[in-house]
Amino acid sequence: MTEVARTDQAKPLIDVKDLVFYRGSRVIYDGVNLQIRRGQITGIMGPSGTGKTTLLRLIGGQLLPDSGDVLFDGRSVPHMSRRELFQARSRMGMLFQSGALFTDMSVYENVAFPLRAHTKLPENLIRELVALKLEAVGLRGAEQLKPSELSGGMNRRVALARAIALDPELIMYDEPFAGQDPIVMGVLARLIRTLRDALGLTTIIVSHDVDETLSIADYVYVIADGKVMGEGTPSELRAHPSAFVQQFLNGDAEGPVAFQYSQTPYYTPNGGGAT
Amino acid sequence: MKAIEQLGRNTIDRIVGVGEAAQLLARTLFLLPSWRGVGLFIDQMFRVGVLSLLIIVVSGLFIGLVLGLQGYTILVDYGSEQALGTMVALTLVRELGPVVTALLFAGRAGSALTAEIGLMKATEQLASMEMIGVDPLRRVIAPRLWAGIVSMPMLALIFSSVGILGGKFVGVDWLGVYDGSFWGNMQNNVQFLNDIVNGVIKSVVFGVVCTWIAVYQGYACMPTSAGISTATTRTVVYSSLAVLGLDFVLTAVMFGGLS
Amino acid sequence: MRARTTELSVGLLVIFAAAALFFLAMKVSGLTQTVSGEGYLLKAHFQNVGGLTTRAKVTMSGVTIGRVTNIYLDPKRLDAVVEMQINKDVNEINSDAAASILTAGLLGEKYIGITLGAEDTFLKNGDEIELTQSSLVLEDLIGKFLFNKATEPTAVAPATDANSGGF
Repeated sequence: MTEVARTDQAKPLIDVKDLVFYRGSRVIYDGVNLQIRRGQITGIMGPSGTGKTTLLRLIGGQLLPDSGDVLFDGRSVPHMSRRELFQARSRMGMLFQSGALFTDMSVYENVAFPLRAHTKLPENLIRELVALKLEAVGLRGAEQLKPSELSGGMNRRVALARAIALDPELIMYDEPFAGQDPIVMGVLARLIRTLRDALGLTTIIVSHDVDETLSIADYVYVIADGKVMGEGTPSELRAHPSAFVQQFLNGDAEGPVAFQYSQTPYYTPNGGGAT
Repeated sequence: MKAIEQLGRNTIDRIVGVGEAAQLLARTLFLLPSWRGVGLFIDQMFRVGVLSLLIIVVSGLFIGLVLGLQGYTILVDYGSEQALGTMVALTLVRELGPVVTALLFAGRAGSALTAEIGLMKATEQLASMEMIGVDPLRRVIAPRLWAGIVSMPMLALIFSSVGILGGKFVGVDWLGVYDGSFWGNMQNNVQFLNDIVNGVIKSVVFGVVCTWIAVYQGYACMPTSAGISTATTRTVVYSSLAVLGLDFVLTAVMFGGLS
Repeated sequence: MRARTTELSVGLLVIFAAAALFFLAMKVSGLTQTVSGEGYLLKAHFQNVGGLTTRAKVTMSGVTIGRVTNIYLDPKRLDAVVEMQINKDVNEINSDAAASILTAGLLGEKYIGITLGAEDTFLKNGDEIELTQSSLVLEDLIGKFLFNKATEPTAVAPATDANSGGF
């Protein structure tokens, strides 16, 4: 794994500027700035429920920011026309947390879906491409299976094959390691790295799995309370001065994120009892 | 005070829901279908229409049998059992055909639609479809909506026909009403335009309403298993109430003004 | 193959529905029998239409030859006008034919029966049937019966007292 520091090769593929996003009255993002550089694996980490999936949806144009901007290859995503957005989405692939394979279609149909939506390729070409993608994830031969017949790991891999069906420039992984056994995690991590090395795929990984993410990412952002708490390469991050980042990375029970829910102490040493 | 606040909030949420549902309906109905869309539509016609056929035919048959039986026992007291054909036919064609078909549809096909769409939402299938660049309204919702609207009147017609045959079986073959007067009276008193066509119009309206409710509840549900189950229940309840309420309104408009 | 059976069954569903519609149209509503706009109009005035409704049949010698299309009050003569549509192939109804309102069956359904006359001229579109017999009203019948009984000569005189006493 190359320890690529801030390369200034070209403009970042994704540029998030002063993003503000509310859900109802809750602040999800309060002025977030981050860049996703081309050809790099960028990790976005933070506690559960901070809206990391929301960020991917904002990048993909499924949600609109309340203020601020999200740029994809220099063009503003919220301001794209329907056609532009359709085009942009063919350059992005997304792997959802649950795989999100279409349950009423076979594996083959699932992987062919983006191809059919964006291209008018003849059926035999589509068959070749599907075989190619499935081979890349190690599942060639599984074309006729239905998603319900696949294990969790196989499910994710087929979803990955579908995400790269159109040879996108950007691929986003939403919690790829969540709830998987070590072997599957290892397989996925290796696939992510291989795809980046072989295809130069710009990669975003949203995760709260510290070890796996730090082991493959080139650059990491730690987000909490709607703000970027810290950023840097994995080694920079481990030495980061922020107490929150340290607590998060080391998995400490105590730190800026308190353990106790209640604010009043249960027991004070000088007389007085429980509340 | 809190309770009133809560009530107000609930009401506003419901009204917002109706608005969202209306938006969904408008956006979906006016989408032009593509060639691929026809295949999806046929697929849904199968899941929604053909698979409901069994329950419709069996229910229609039994209701027809009961109508024949009850009708006979009531009319025979007035010496008017020849009117059995008229009674069975008008009851079915004007009312029971469209209404009972709609209620059965809501319970079977409607709840299945809601559960299916809700599950797709909960497993992020709708979101991933959108990310790939395919509009889930067009791909998933529209074929189902049209399938419901088209199959409802067909099912209602089949229901009424089977019911009339059932009534005939009880009245003529079993209880001895004269075959000629059974059909003759019926033909004299059932009008194609006023009764049958109005019944079809009713079932089209019910088709729109029931399918719309089913599809919206699935689309807008909370993406959890509890959310799906709530949505499914809501589909059946709201559809049933809507059908019964609309039936009164339509009946008053269509048949109430009869001189 | 799965797609084949799907389409096949959907096709069958449509065929069943069409058959049901056909059945309902023909057998249930008697679509073929109704006069489908081809006919001519005749009118008749009645003192009392007593329960006759539109769409009631118009018969001659027991055979249905038309339908009642409209019933309204004549503002000048203050009696009831009945408009009926007669099949166009029944065009030899004499000008002195009579139209009576009759009752069919115990349910009291009213219909119009036309009896032929003897004239050589025939009724055309828009003509009026002069001779009419109003509907028989039950109360009038009973009244008539009582009146007849009351005015019957001698032999039944004692019965009269009993009758009038009873009512």
